[in-house]
Amino acid sequence: MELKSQAPTGPIETRWERHRFNMKLVNPANRRRHTVIVVGTGLAGGALAATLGEQGYNVKAFCYQDSPRRAHSIAAQGGINAAKNYQNDGDSVYRLFYDTVKGGDFRARESNVYRLAEVSVNIIDQCVAQGVPFAREYSGLLDNRSFGGAQVSRTFYARGQTGQQLLLGAYQALSKQIGRGQVQMFGRHEMLELIVIDGRARGIVARNMETGEIRAHLADVVALCTGGYGNVFFLSTNAKGCNVTATWRAHRKGALFANPCYTQIHPTCIPVSGTSQSKLTLMSESLRNDGRVWVPKNPADVTKSPDQIPESDRDYYLERLYPSFGNLVPRDIASRRAKDMCDEGRGVGPEVNGQRRGVYLDFKDAIQRMGKKAVEEKYGNLFEMYERIAGEDPYKVPMRIYPAVHYTMGGLWVDYNLMSTIGGLFVGGEANFSDHGANRLGASALMQGLADGYFILPYTIANYLAQTPRNTADEGHPAVREALDAVRTRTEKFLSIRGKRSPDSFHRELGQLMWEKCGMARTKQGLEEALAKIPAIREEFWNNLNVLGGASELNVSLEKAGRVADFLELGELMCRDALVREESCGGHFREEHQTPEGEAQRDDENFSHVSAWEFTGTNSAPILHKEQLEFEYVKPTQRSYK
Amino acid sequence: MSKTLNLVLHIWRQKNRDSRGGFVRYEISDVSEHSSFLEMLDQLNEQLIARGEEPVAFDHDCREGICGACGMVINGEPHGPQKLTTTCQLHMRKFKSGDELYLEPFRAQAFPVIRDLIVDRAPLDRIVQAGGFIGARTGSAPDANSILVPKENADRAMDAAACIGCGACVAACPNASAMLFTAAKAGHLNLLPQGQPERTARVLNMVSQMDSEGFGHCTNHFECMEACPKGIDVDFIAKLNRDYLRANVESREVNSSDNSAG
Ligand SMILES: Cc1cc2nc3c(=O)[nH]c(=O)nc-3n(C[C@H](O)[C@H](O)[C@H](O)COP(=O)(O)OP(=O)(O)OC[C@H]3O[C@@H](n4cnc5c(N)ncnc54)[C@H](O)[C@@H]3O)c2cc1C
Ligand code: SF4
Ligand code: FES
Repeated sequence: MELKSQAPTGPIETRWERHRFNMKLVNPANRRRHTVIVVGTGLAGGALAATLGEQGYNVKAFCYQDSPRRAHSIAAQGGINAAKNYQNDGDSVYRLFYDTVKGGDFRARESNVYRLAEVSVNIIDQCVAQGVPFAREYSGLLDNRSFGGAQVSRTFYARGQTGQQLLLGAYQALSKQIGRGQVQMFGRHEMLELIVIDGRARGIVARNMETGEIRAHLADVVALCTGGYGNVFFLSTNAKGCNVTATWRAHRKGALFANPCYTQIHPTCIPVSGTSQSKLTLMSESLRNDGRVWVPKNPADVTKSPDQIPESDRDYYLERLYPSFGNLVPRDIASRRAKDMCDEGRGVGPEVNGQRRGVYLDFKDAIQRMGKKAVEEKYGNLFEMYERIAGEDPYKVPMRIYPAVHYTMGGLWVDYNLMSTIGGLFVGGEANFSDHGANRLGASALMQGLADGYFILPYTIANYLAQTPRNTADEGHPAVREALDAVRTRTEKFLSIRGKRSPDSFHRELGQLMWEKCGMARTKQGLEEALAKIPAIREEFWNNLNVLGGASELNVSLEKAGRVADFLELGELMCRDALVREESCGGHFREEHQTPEGEAQRDDENFSHVSAWEFTGTNSAPILHKEQLEFEYVKPTQRSYK
Repeated sequence: MSKTLNLVLHIWRQKNRDSRGGFVRYEISDVSEHSSFLEMLDQLNEQLIARGEEPVAFDHDCREGICGACGMVINGEPHGPQKLTTTCQLHMRKFKSGDELYLEPFRAQAFPVIRDLIVDRAPLDRIVQAGGFIGARTGSAPDANSILVPKENADRAMDAAACIGCGACVAACPNASAMLFTAAKAGHLNLLPQGQPERTARVLNMVSQMDSEGFGHCTNHFECMEACPKGIDVDFIAKLNRDYLRANVESREVNSSDNSAG
C-alpha cells in the first residue's frame, strides 16, 4: 500500500487556497440528498456537524454522553492559539507554522501545519461571532496570553474554561441545526463498528446505551471525530469515557493507525494521592507563566513543610537548567525533569507505593509581585479546583504537581483531505494524527479541532461527495449484516464469560504497565517486556472477565468491557511502534537515544517518516507502512531550549 | 497515613424508566479521605461486582466539575453538602466515618429516571435548540476585534456562560423550574453585542420551550443558586424576566405593525 498524502506542492502560502479552488463543490440543491454521519460532538465533530447541517446536508451526529455539550473538549482550560498578531509582538501565520513544525520535532506534514496556522485566524472570528466570551482588555479588545513554550502572546482564552466556551459555541450552532431538523442527534449512542461497502465507509453500527438496541446507520460518508486514546493508561487527564473504540474498529476494518506511540505527558497535573484514584486532574499550564517550579535541594527535606525550607535550600531546577525559557520549557522537557527530580529522591507529597511523586509549583513570588487579587483574577478557578481536590490552599502552601498522560498525537492516518485509507472515512480532531507531529504545542489542540470541523472537513467532504456515487445499500446488504452480527456476537461474548474480574481491574492493570513501560521514558527492554505481557492480559480478559446484567439495558460494565478490549489491542500496537522507532522525538523518549544533556536525540536520516500500521489480526503482527516527510521550509534542527 | 471512613449508603436503585425504584442499603469500609465521592462509588461497585451484584449506575465523565454529566442528590442536597462543588469534585474528607448517606437521582417531572442515579436531561438541550444560540454562519464572521465588547459585559456574560448544564438547579427547586439554567444561557448571549439581533426571538422561544417541557414556574425560592455548582447568580433570572417582558412588547409591536402594513 502506498500512502499518498495528496498534499499540494508549490508555494506553501497558497497551497490550501489552490487546493480549495481545485476541489469539487456540491450544489446547494443537491446537498439534502446526501447523508453524512459524524461520530463525536467535541470541537471537531460539533463544529463539523453544525457546519454541514447549516450547509444543507442531512447529518446524523453521535456521542456517548447524554448531551453533545459534554464532549471531552469541554475540559480544556488554558486557551486556543491563533496567529492574529493582535499584540503586535511579531506573530504571523508563518511563525505559528514554524513553531508548530518545530514543536512537533519535525514529524508533521508541512502542508497540513501551514493550513492549520492559516485558518487559525478564521476560528477566532467565528467564535467571537457566535458569542464565545473570550477574555477582553478594558479597551474592549480581545486579550491574549503566552502559552507553554511560545515567545509571542497568541493564546485566546475564556478564564480557565476556554474549551468549555468554545465547545458551547459549537454546541449552540449544532443545537440550532438540531432544532431545524437538519441534524439528527443521537446522544447516549456508542459506535461499535464501521460499515465498509466496496471499499467505502458507508455507515456505522451503534448501540443505544439506554435500551441496548443495536442498529445500523447508513450514509454516504462517515467522519470520526472521537477524540484521543490517552485512557489506554487508565490514569490520564481525559474524561472517564474517552476511548479508542471508534477509531480502533475502523483500524480493524482497514484504516491505518499512525504514530500510536506519540503520547503527550502534561507536566502540571495534581499528583496521584492513593490507590483508588480514578483519574488525574490537569492544572492549566498557564500556571507556569507565574508559578515557579522547585524541589528541595536535599532529599532529607522532602517531608518538611515547604515554608520551613529556606530559599537557599530550594532548587528551582527549570530556571537553573534552562535560563532563557525557565519554567516555560516545552511540556516534554518539564515533565522529564520532574521525573528526574523524583527519581533522585527529591519528590514531595504523600508516599504512594513507596514513592513521592510531586514537585512544587509556587506562587509566593507572583503573589508578592502582582498582589493576591491579580493572581486570583488570573488563576482563581484553578486554585479553587486544586484546593477542592488536594485539600490545601495554594495561596498559602505551594501546589504539588506531577506529569500525567494528557494528549495523543497519534491517530488514524489521514491524507491532506483528512481522509483515512478507507474511502469516505474522514477523521478530525484528536482522533487523527495529522498536525502535531511527535509533540503538540499548548493551546493547539482546540485550534486543530475547530480548524478541522469548521474550515477543512466541510470542503474536503463536499469534494468527496461530489465525485462519489451515493450509497445505495440498505440494511439487508451482507456487509451491514456482518457488522451487526459482529457487534452482537461480541456483546454476547462479554456477557457469557462470567469470570472473576471486573473490566476496571483489567484496565488498571494495562494502564499501569503502559505507564511504566511506554510512558515518559521508554527502553527497548521495557517495551519488549510489555509486548510479552499484554497478550497474556488480553488472554485472561477474554477468559476471566465478569460483566453482569444484560445486553438490552443500560449496562455500564458492558460499555467498559468493550472499551477495555480495544485498549488491550491498541496498547500492544503502541509498544510495537515505540520499539521500532529507534530515536527520541517529541513525546516519544527512548532512553537509548539522548544527547549528553539528556535531550531527545532524533534520527532524521532513518526516522523522518510517519509510521502507519496496518491491522492483520488480533494476534498477528501488523504491517508497517511509511510516509516519508519532506521539509522544504522549516529545516530540521536539534531543539534547544537552553 | 491518610484516614479512612466507613459509611452506610442508601442508594436509589431502579432498573429502567418503567420500573419502580427503591432504596437499597449498602455498607462500605476503608474509603480513603482523599478519594472523591465518585471514587467511593467506584470502590463500592467493584465490591458489588465481586459479589455478583450489578453495579450502581451514575452519570459522570470529566470528573473535573466541568462537563456537567455527574449529579445526584446526597442527603437531600443536589451535588451534596459542599457549596460550589459538583458531585465529582466532592471529596470524602468532607464526610465523617459512620455517616449514613441517602443517594437519589435528581428528581423532577421533566427528568425521568433512566436507571439508578441517572436521569434524562434532554429537555435542557431542547431549550437551547429553541433559541440558545447566535446564528453566525461558518465563514461569514468579521474580524474578531471589529466587535468591541466592554470588559464588564464580557465578564458578566462569562459568569452566565459558566453554567455546566447539570440540572442541579431543577432538582433543588421546589417547583422543579429550569429558570436558572435558561436564564444563564439567555443572559450570556443577551449581554453581548453579537447576541442583540436575535434577542427577542431567543427569549420568547427558550421560555416557551421551557414551559412546554413540564418544568415548573419560578416563584423565587432561590434554592437553585444554593445548589448551583457554578454559582450562577439569580440576578440572571431577574434579567430574563425583564428581557421576557420587553420581548413580549417588541413582538407585539412587530406583529401589529405587520398587520397595519397589510
Ligand atoms: C484536561 C485537558 C485540558 C486541555 N486543555 C487544552 C487547552 O488548553 N488547549 C488546547 O488546545 N487543548 C487542550 N486539551 C486538548 C483538547 O481539549 C483535546 O485534544 C480536544 O478538545 C479534542 O477534541 P475532539 O473534538 O477531537 O474530541 P473530544 O472533545 O474528545 O470529543 C470526542 C467526541 O467523540 C465522542 N465519541 C468518542 N467515542 C465514541 C464512540 N465510540 N461512539 C460515539 N461517540 C464517541 C464523544 O462522545 C465526544 O463527543 C486539553 C485536554 C485535556 C484532557
Ligand atoms: S445553572 Fe447551575 S445548577 Fe443549573 S444547570 Fe447551570 S450549572 Fe447546573
Ligand atoms: S463528571 Fe463532569 S462535572 Fe462531574
